[in-house]
Amino acid sequence: MAPAIECRDLRKTYEGKVEAVRGLNLAIETGECFGLLGPNGAGKTTTIEILEGLSQPTSGEVTILGQSWKTHDRELREQLGISLQETRLSEKLSVRETIELFASFYEHPRSSDEVLEKLQLTEKADSWVGKLSGGQRQRLAVATALVGNPKILFLDEPTTGLDPQSRRQLWEIIRAFQRAGGTVLLTTHYMDEAERLCDRLAIVDHGQIIAEGSPSDLIDRLGGHHVVEFSVTEKVNGHSVDHWRALPGVEGVRDDDGVCSLTVREPHLTIPALLEAVGQRGGELLHLTTRQASLEDVFVNLTGRHLREE
Amino acid sequence: MTVAQQTPPAEMPKPAPAPQRTNGRWAGFNHLLKARMLELKREPEVVFWVFGFPILLALGLGIAFRNKPADVTSIAIVQSPGADDALAMIQHSSRSSTIRAQILDRDAALLGLRLGKFDMVVVPDGKGGFEYRYDPARPESVLSHAEVDDVLQAAGGRKDPVATTTVTSSEPGSRYIDFLVPGLLGMNLMNSGMWGVGFSLVDMRQRKLLKRFVGTPMRRSDFLLAVMSSRILLMIVEVGLLLAFGVLFFHMRVLGSFATIALWGAIGSLSFGGLGLLTASRAQKIESVSGLINLIMMPMWIFSGVFFSYERFPAVLHPFIKLLPLTALNDALRATINEGATLASQTGRLAVLLVWGGVSFILALKWFRWT
Repeated sequence: MAPAIECRDLRKTYEGKVEAVRGLNLAIETGECFGLLGPNGAGKTTTIEILEGLSQPTSGEVTILGQSWKTHDRELREQLGISLQETRLSEKLSVRETIELFASFYEHPRSSDEVLEKLQLTEKADSWVGKLSGGQRQRLAVATALVGNPKILFLDEPTTGLDPQSRRQLWEIIRAFQRAGGTVLLTTHYMDEAERLCDRLAIVDHGQIIAEGSPSDLIDRLGGHHVVEFSVTEKVNGHSVDHWRALPGVEGVRDDDGVCSLTVREPHLTIPALLEAVGQRGGELLHLTTRQASLEDVFVNLTGRHLREE
Repeated sequence: MTVAQQTPPAEMPKPAPAPQRTNGRWAGFNHLLKARMLELKREPEVVFWVFGFPILLALGLGIAFRNKPADVTSIAIVQSPGADDALAMIQHSSRSSTIRAQILDRDAALLGLRLGKFDMVVVPDGKGGFEYRYDPARPESVLSHAEVDDVLQAAGGRKDPVATTTVTSSEPGSRYIDFLVPGLLGMNLMNSGMWGVGFSLVDMRQRKLLKRFVGTPMRRSDFLLAVMSSRILLMIVEVGLLLAFGVLFFHMRVLGSFATIALWGAIGSLSFGGLGLLTASRAQKIESVSGLINLIMMPMWIFSGVFFSYERFPAVLHPFIKLLPLTALNDALRATINEGATLASQTGRLAVLLVWGGVSFILALKWFRWT
C-alpha cells in the first residue's frame, strides 16, 4: 500500500535565490504521526505547504494517498484537514458558524456538534471568534480541519504560543484522531511536543533532513541517554575538551560558552571520575546537573546550534 | 474498499466514519454568502459608512443648498435730509421683506460697505435724488443696486410701459437635491464596490484566510460568486434606503421604473466589484490596497459629477470624463431617476460600465493570488 504522504527530492527556490527546501525525501505511512522538527526558517512551513498542495515545488514529486495534486486536486482536498500557521478566522462569526462554513465545503462533513464536543468548544459554540482565548482559537483552527472528516491532518506549528494546559489539550485531540486511524503530519520547534506526540520524526535544518527516526532512535544515536552538564573555575576550564572525553562512559563532549555537556551512558561512573579530575587539577565545580538526553541534544549534536536560536 | 490496513496494528477496529450528512452543490456558496452578510451586519462601522453616511450627506447638502427665497439684501442710507423719505419708500414698497435698510452716518455706512456688511449704500443728495455706492464685482451688490433702484423709481412714480406678470417655479426635478441624490447613489456604489470587494479580499489574504479556504475543497468560483452576490444584495438596500429618504424627506420625484434603477445599480455594483477585485488581485497588505483604492476613486470623485456637474470642466475634457465608469453610472442614474430614461436609450453608458467591469474581471481572474 502506498504511503499516505510521499515526496521525492523536493526543492523550492524563492525568486531564483533563496533555497527554502533543498532536496527533501519523506515517506509517511497511514496511521502514523510524523513530525518535522527544526528551528524557525528551516523550511518546515514551505515543505508542509507544498505537501498540502498550497504551494508549487520548484522540482520534485509529491504523492498524497497515492495520488498527485496535479490530477486529483479536488479529490485530495476532500480527504485532508489543514491547519495553517496563524490563520486569523473571521472575528465576527461565531464558533459554530465558522465550523458550519468549513463543513459546507466538504461533500461528507462530520456533524458540527460532534466536532464541537470533541474539541471542547461546545460551551463556546455561540461566542464570536474574536472573544476566544489563544488555546480556544487554536482548537477551533483544528476543528475546521477535522470537520471535513479527513484521512490526513496537516498541522503547522499547532501549539506555538499556547499555555501548557492548552498544549496538552491539543495533544490529546491529535492522539484521538490518530487512534481513530488518521495520519498526522505536524511541524514544531518544540522538542517535547515532537517527543511525546510523534511516532517518527525528521529533523530539518536549512531545507534538508539531517536525521530521521523515532524519538528514541534518534536519542539512542547520541550514544548515551544521559547528559551531564557542568562548569568549572577558570583554571581548569583552560583544558581542552579532550580531557573530558577521556573520562569513563563519555560518548560525546560539547563546550557551550563555558558550560560543558557530556553525553554519557552511565552517569554513576562518569560523575565520580569527573569530580576527581577536577580536584586533581586544583579546580572547583561551579555547577553540575544531570538529565535525560532529549531531542534538543540530538539537534545540538547535529548542528552545533540550539533549536530556538535565531 | 477492501484493502486491509497494514499499519497501525489492528488493536482497535477502525470506527467506520459513517458520514452523517451530505452537502449539495451549492452548500459552500450559500454558507459563504451567509457568512459575508452576517459579518457585514455585525460590523457597526460598515453599516454606518454604507447606509448612514450617504443619507447624512444627502441631508446636510440638501439642506445647505435647498432652494430658499431670494436672499435678503442689506443696505445703509446715509444720515441726511432725504434719508427718512428713502427709508419710508423702501419700507412701503411690495419688496420691503427682501430689503433690509437702516440709516447710519456716512462713515459707518461706507465702512459697512467696505466690510461686506452692506450690499450697497444710498446717499440722498437732499434734492429728492440719490447717489448709489456699490461694488460691481460683487453679485449681491449688483443685485441690490438693481432692486433698490427699481423700488425707489417705482415709489417715485415711474410708469411701466409694458404690463408684465411673473410666475415663480421651484419644481422637484430641477433642484440641487435632485441632482445630488443620484450622484450619491453612484458614489456609494463605487465606494462599497471598491472597499467591500477590494479591501475585504486583501484583508482575507493578509489573514491567510484565503489560503485556508483554498486548502479545502471549496470551489473558487463559488467564493467569488458569493462576494459578488453579497454586493448585489447590499446594493438593493443601499439604493432603496437613499432613494426612499430622498422621496420622503425632500419629496423627490422618481420618474424611471424601479426595475431600471435596480438594474443600473446591479450593473454599477458588479462593474465596481470587478474593479475592486482587480485592485485586490495582487496586494498582500491592506495598507497598499487602501492607497490603490483611493488613487483609483479620487479622479472620479472630482470629475464624475457627484456633487457638481462635470459641465464645469473645459469641454475638451468631457469625452474623457464620460469614459469614467462613475460618470456613466451617475449620468445613467440621473437620466433614469429624474427623466425616466430607459435602459435602451443609454447604450453608450451601458457599454462604458460593461467594458470596465468585464475587462477588470477577466484580468483579475488571471492575476488573482489566493495565497
